[in-house]
Amino acid sequence: MYAFEIERPKSVDEALAALGAEEAQPISGGQTLIPTLKQRLAMPSKLVSLSGIDELRYLRREGDALMIGGGATHGMVAREAATDFPGLAKLAGKIGDPAVRNRGTIGGSIANNDPSACYPSAAMACGATIVTNSREIAADEYFQGMFMTALEEGEIVTGVRFPIPQASAYMKFEQIASRFPLVGVFVARFADRVGVGVTGASNNGVLRWREAEEALAANFSPDALADVTAPRASDMIADLHGTAEYRAHLIPVMTKRAVAAAE
Amino acid sequence: MPKDHGIGASSKRREDVRFLTGTGNYTDDINVYGQAYVAFVRSDVAHGRITGIDTAAAEAMPGVLKIFTGSDFEGVGGLPCGWQVTDRFGEVMKEPPHPVLAQGKVRHVGEMVAAVVAESLQEARDAADAVMLDIEELPAIVDMKKAVASSETLVHDEIGTNLCYDWGFVEDNRDAVNQAIKGAAHVTTLELVNNRLVANPMEPRVAVGDYNRAGDMSTLYTTSQNPHVIRLLMGAFVLGIPEHKLRVVAPDVGGGFGTKIFHYAEEAFCTFAARALKRPVKWTSTRSEAFMSDAHGRDHVTKIELALDEANNFVAVRTETYANMGAYLSTFAPSVPTWLHGTLMAGNYKTPNIYVNVKAVFTNTVPVDAYRGAGRPEATFQLERVIDKAARELGVDPMALRRQNFITEFPYATPVAVEYDTGDYHATADKIAEIADFAGFETRRKESEAKGKLRGLGINCYIEACGIAPSNLVGQLGARAGLYESATVRVNATGSLSVMTGSHSHGQGHETSFPQVVSEMIGIPEDQIEIVHGDTANTPMGMGTYGSRSLAVGGSAIVRATEKIIRKATKIAAHLLEASEADIELKNGAFSVAGTDKSVAWGDVTLAAYVPHNYPLEDIEPGLEETAFYDPSNFTYPSGAYACEVEVDPETGQVTVERFSAADDFGNVINPMIVEGQVHGGVAQGIGQALLENCVYDETGQLLSASYMDYAMPRADNVPMVTVDHSCQTPCTHNPLGVKGCGEAGAIGSPPAVINAVIDALHSGGFTHVTHIDMPATPNRVWAAMQG
Repeated sequence: MYAFEIERPKSVDEALAALGAEEAQPISGGQTLIPTLKQRLAMPSKLVSLSGIDELRYLRREGDALMIGGGATHGMVAREAATDFPGLAKLAGKIGDPAVRNRGTIGGSIANNDPSACYPSAAMACGATIVTNSREIAADEYFQGMFMTALEEGEIVTGVRFPIPQASAYMKFEQIASRFPLVGVFVARFADRVGVGVTGASNNGVLRWREAEEALAANFSPDALADVTAPRASDMIADLHGTAEYRAHLIPVMTKRAVAAAE
Repeated sequence: MPKDHGIGASSKRREDVRFLTGTGNYTDDINVYGQAYVAFVRSDVAHGRITGIDTAAAEAMPGVLKIFTGSDFEGVGGLPCGWQVTDRFGEVMKEPPHPVLAQGKVRHVGEMVAAVVAESLQEARDAADAVMLDIEELPAIVDMKKAVASSETLVHDEIGTNLCYDWGFVEDNRDAVNQAIKGAAHVTTLELVNNRLVANPMEPRVAVGDYNRAGDMSTLYTTSQNPHVIRLLMGAFVLGIPEHKLRVVAPDVGGGFGTKIFHYAEEAFCTFAARALKRPVKWTSTRSEAFMSDAHGRDHVTKIELALDEANNFVAVRTETYANMGAYLSTFAPSVPTWLHGTLMAGNYKTPNIYVNVKAVFTNTVPVDAYRGAGRPEATFQLERVIDKAARELGVDPMALRRQNFITEFPYATPVAVEYDTGDYHATADKIAEIADFAGFETRRKESEAKGKLRGLGINCYIEACGIAPSNLVGQLGARAGLYESATVRVNATGSLSVMTGSHSHGQGHETSFPQVVSEMIGIPEDQIEIVHGDTANTPMGMGTYGSRSLAVGGSAIVRATEKIIRKATKIAAHLLEASEADIELKNGAFSVAGTDKSVAWGDVTLAAYVPHNYPLEDIEPGLEETAFYDPSNFTYPSGAYACEVEVDPETGQVTVERFSAADDFGNVINPMIVEGQVHGGVAQGIGQALLENCVYDETGQLLSASYMDYAMPRADNVPMVTVDHSCQTPCTHNPLGVKGCGEAGAIGSPPAVINAVIDALHSGGFTHVTHIDMPATPNRVWAAMQG
């Protein structure tokens, strides 16, 4: 780790002011950033911690949606979304271990957009809205490939608004070492549509499997996926934990299981 | 009633109180007044010529005391290798120099090129970043077969080859084995990989070098399994410091698994730099450094052939193995694929003809050396896999095929140069059928199938050679060390004991189990006995802990020393009781005269030894302290049978271990709880090797699995409750305790059981084309195998 300064603002306004400094970087839990710093792979001169901002730490029901503050930890989501949105609560409850879940935040995860993060699959499947300090962005526009988002310099994720599906489930096939998803699929059934978000698999980051969404909208059952065109292996990540073919194979398998498990 | 103390009791591990409450004293807890810190500059290329090292900018940085490079170590010895193998043709192995800091070339990612010593760790690391390395990158060689074939890309140019040795064992068997295979009714062939592993003890390596000018005395605090060995190797061969001016301390050590046996460059550096700078110098490995500098384990590529006659009797085994040495010879590397591997190729079976060929190969990777089991897991894996494959090809029950070929008469001299003293392989085979509930397997398989899963049962029988080792024998085999063990028993005036042992505990529980032995012999409570280890200044010269040797060899030395104590104390007691020595009995901590009610307590005898007012001074010296050195006359041969049940998800290839059972014959058992814990840990590591762990280099020599994000360690949920049994006991015939050793069995016996179970599961699902899956059997590999 290199030496750096850290600021701990108490409000979003204070945070934005602090982020105006040159080379300032937000940190919201730090479950990716801190290991990166420890390896000396990043050298920010100033970190602005968003973890002390109480106004970002909440979950609240807004009509048919669940609004989650950017500073809500995975542990908070696992506990507080359990009644309104069990599919998302279960997703959050299986991120990392208790230490990670008590530090890592949904805002940090969404802003980092790791191709193997869990939350983006739910945001895509549900058609969530990413709320920042200055605007609202639809999930489809927000996620722009591995580690790429629509966020501008100095813009922070203040919350994520999830339309609550009638039924949903997340199925994660874990990479054996990191236990990040090798392939993770979130399926969300709404009155008029079905969303299927896939994380971990694609070279282009989180994706929606639209052919499956259409088939499941007509018939929400694992059997409906039998003849659906699966995402192509040529677009998939290949690394020492899984070939592209294997990841492509897992997408329908995990989707079927998510459909069967949806509650 | 189980015993509550002494031999056979499950005494609670006394050392765990400090380990579990954060009051242990690990090397990183040691901070010496005035200490400086070192950060190493390590090569980020696998192979290259060093054309320049620019330290100017780094030297000008705050806090920097000195920057060392290879040129500072000219005239300093390289790291020695402790074993010299002689090849098939009578030539000794190639033994290129192993410098402390790279000289001229770098040969693996992570090799140390320069070292920055600074006032603080942060300053040392900052300056290390500023050292500019100019390295002309050369093609790297990672694949062993390509390395042997290559004459252009050489890890060590001066030896003209990447082949360290080409070993045949037993060379005289070669023709007979070839003939037997040619004439056999059936030959089963299997090509396999024994995957490269990173030991990953919880505590990374640490070294603190200190130098006392007043006494010209060097001290090294280090994470070692054998401080005396480090003192000898580093003192005599690297730095030229005589033993009386060098103290090596290995305090609490948080796991070793073999990788802390070896003498490492960082230890030599810290000792050297402390002398040069007249300052203590400390290094604590980061986990990233551990991945690229701790000696790795396994990494064999093998072809094995098993020949059988018409009646399915084994008639011959022939193997050809490529064994990775990495870029340099680590301390005991040459011995692992040879004497710890070739000698075990008979397994539990009376195969009359065996020939083992091993080609040890230099590659641009981290050195490879002993890791829990060391050679014996590699031998067991190939043998037990090829037997399973043969059983399938022949359509016979795999356990029946094994039983038919078991050795049943002991002692048994194998065709690979060792003599098993005792064993009962049918007994552990019977026991495993019982504890693993073979009878209920088909019901469990149906239950799995009802859930859409495939279920497989895999078995494995193993033998290992432990209690390392008879010095005269290993000397003939190329060892440059003796492998005895030592103990000093110091009886204090009021009767408590300090036992100074050359063994070293880094998790094994010696502080609990050794006192049980002494308590049993003298009849005093275990808490009156303290074990002292890990410091060359207050223990007799001993060889340390590895190869499941501590109880069999170190414990035997303690027995011998305690016997001397008892003999002397008996003389004192006879004097005090005015009786003949022959009539004195020691029982429950008191000496009595046989057939009388006259007795004297242990503490009164020991007090007399130190306050010799009424004492036979004309016959014996005062005091009560004895030392013994014990050199075993043979290896010990623990054996057993293991069973694993897995479920395979046919859609994803995911394997889960559902049941695991181990029936071991460790001979006599001192502390059943500790023995069971050792088996649990070994099985967890074996399951790790079989399903999870894999150290992967790309073809340019970059280490891909360089952190826990990519290197999968077994976790609690990867390992089921392990059913263990050690009631089959054929005591070792040649050591005083009748013990065989239990530290490595789990890691040796479990990988083949897991893979045999995976293959069995796939066959039950109709995937009969799958004859082998290399470890680790990851979901992707299993799925790909099912696809054909």
